[in-house]
Amino acid sequence: MRSSRAIDVSTGLFVLLGFAAIVFLVTQITNREFSLRSESYRLTAQFENVGGLKAGAPVSMAGVTIGRVESIGYDMDLFKAVATLRIDSRYDQIPNDSDASILTAGLLGGQYVGITPGGSDEPFRDGDQVEFVQDAIVLENLISKYLFSQAGNRDEAPADAAPAAQE
Amino acid sequence: MSQHQAPAAGVEPAAVPDDIAALHDVDYAIDGKTIFRGIRIGIRRGDVTAIMGPSGTGKTTLLRLITGQLRPNAGRVIVDGLDVARLGRRDLYALRRRMGMLFQNGALLTDLDVFENVAFPLREHARLPERIVRNLVLTKLHAVGLRGAADLQPQQLSGGMARRVALARAIIMDPQILLYDEPFAGLDPISMGVVMRLIRSLNDALGISSIVVTHDVREISRIADMSYILSEGQVVASGTPRELHDHPSPVVHQFMEGLADGPVSFHYPAPDLREQLLERTGAK
Amino acid sequence: MDLLADLLTKLRGFLERVGAMTRFFGQLLWLSPGALLRFRLIVEQVYNAGALSLVIIMTCGLFVGMVLGLQGHDLLQRFGSEDSLGTGAALALLKELGPVITALLFAGRAGTALASELGLMRATDQLSAMEIMAVDPMRRVVVPRFLGGAISMPLLTGVFIMVGLFGVQLVGVQLLGVDQGQFWSQMRGAVELDDIYEGLIKGVVFGIACSLIAVFEGYNAQPTAEGVGRATTRTVVISAVVTLVLDYILTALML
Repeated sequence: MRSSRAIDVSTGLFVLLGFAAIVFLVTQITNREFSLRSESYRLTAQFENVGGLKAGAPVSMAGVTIGRVESIGYDMDLFKAVATLRIDSRYDQIPNDSDASILTAGLLGGQYVGITPGGSDEPFRDGDQVEFVQDAIVLENLISKYLFSQAGNRDEAPADAAPAAQE
Repeated sequence: MSQHQAPAAGVEPAAVPDDIAALHDVDYAIDGKTIFRGIRIGIRRGDVTAIMGPSGTGKTTLLRLITGQLRPNAGRVIVDGLDVARLGRRDLYALRRRMGMLFQNGALLTDLDVFENVAFPLREHARLPERIVRNLVLTKLHAVGLRGAADLQPQQLSGGMARRVALARAIIMDPQILLYDEPFAGLDPISMGVVMRLIRSLNDALGISSIVVTHDVREISRIADMSYILSEGQVVASGTPRELHDHPSPVVHQFMEGLADGPVSFHYPAPDLREQLLERTGAK
Repeated sequence: MDLLADLLTKLRGFLERVGAMTRFFGQLLWLSPGALLRFRLIVEQVYNAGALSLVIIMTCGLFVGMVLGLQGHDLLQRFGSEDSLGTGAALALLKELGPVITALLFAGRAGTALASELGLMRATDQLSAMEIMAVDPMRRVVVPRFLGGAISMPLLTGVFIMVGLFGVQLVGVQLLGVDQGQFWSQMRGAVELDDIYEGLIKGVVFGIACSLIAVFEGYNAQPTAEGVGRATTRTVVISAVVTLVLDYILTALML
């Protein structure tokens, strides 16, 4: 019969190794910058279009993550999308005239909310609404804007119309 | 060998009160094939009883009916006064603790050594001090002549030795009934002699009843008190070995003498030989 | 017409088997709490299924990681994003490659061992002998093996992923010159706790499935030499298919 002590030791080592691996994975390779369990406060922001913004997306200022998008809903009365943002309580001095824009990380990255500070002396409080917002950039709108602006140019300078119309 | 008044040869003995086990009008079929039809067998307490018959008559099935691993389609299987098929799991297991079984190939647990194999029932069922376990195991191993092999692995044992270890395991809990499934199969003459002697001596020394399923006529005739011969799902004869030897029935005679042809035909059913040969060559 | 009848028979056989396996699974679950009391047996089986599989898991994990490093680097280089190697590899390993490949390897090494052990016990009447000795083979032999496998799998998956990442790093950073800081920080930035949960949940589910299949096939093997061989083969094949099917279902559910 195999030595039962040897089996116990080997099994113990194996189990420890397995757990160590899992602990390693959890601590070493995940995003530990922001934990929702720490103290935080809420802000809301209304957008005409949230684009590809999803709940859980980061909220950042100057590139530093200061919070998360908690949820995104639709207000039937206002016909606008309402995003609820959870901001870490450490950052409680954000001027209440700052604006929130929906930006894209990198060329192919996910969308996030970027906050640009305003000049007010009063900071945001829990439950405040961000007044100044910039919607997500939707590609179709961009193209039609470009086309309309080209159309405008055409009226003014017919000579440039031909190449533009061939777009 | 014990002497007792046997009923007239050829007549199935009805189950008698001092039977330790009995089958009453048992039917058993599996996958549409009938194995037993209204079979009646009585196993007397204290006897070595042999169950014999041609291959495939369901002798092993009989043992499984007695242990409760199989349930009869009709009739009753009584062991020590209890209807086996009616027992709940706990009672059935309690009954099985009073039985021991020796399998054809020993069926030792391959990941335990000889000592642990014999100790297995003790460890599973009783919480005994290690010293007592040791004594019991070594005693039983001594009874089968293998005390010196206690540290070997099952793979290191010869067939005969494995069977003897299995026997030691079967008797470790001091059962009332011992069941043997083909204990002589594949053994050399010496080992056969050893097993024979053990079956008889254990039966008498421990005061138990033994049921031996076998077709080794010569061996079992030397130690059995009572024998049954089964064929086609029925008991075709029963009696002491002497009585069976002088039995008038051709089936019994063929079996006891080991004749190649007789009621159990030598030829597997086939069309006429001449016709088959002619048909092949095309000649007419 | 014969083909149709044949197909229907096969279908019925398949359904029968699925039903039998479900019932078996139910029995295993029912007996599991009790079996945990016999800790000794479980430890032995975790050793059998887990510790003995470590070498093969770690070796394969290392090489999978290394290949991932090579391929990933080559692919990302076309877009100028080699620095994302850490992210891509970690996510691939965590969510898919880790659990799935570990499960397949587990089925091949531990699954076959479980199936053939039980099949052999069936064929040599050891299970029957236990029954007659009034020991329930399910409790004594089958459930500990099932639990041993189910416990080992997630742990093996964790080890595979960890070693795999090390392999990616070996190739990417040491060999191909990806910046070490970028490698890990990009990974940290992109990998969420949810991704790890995904991988672990898959590991647990695959572990239960593969262990179930292995002990079922072994326990119900035909008591002959060919029967045991067939049971072993079936274990690997069925485990592989079930793992991949479950993988799709779990991925769809968790995304």
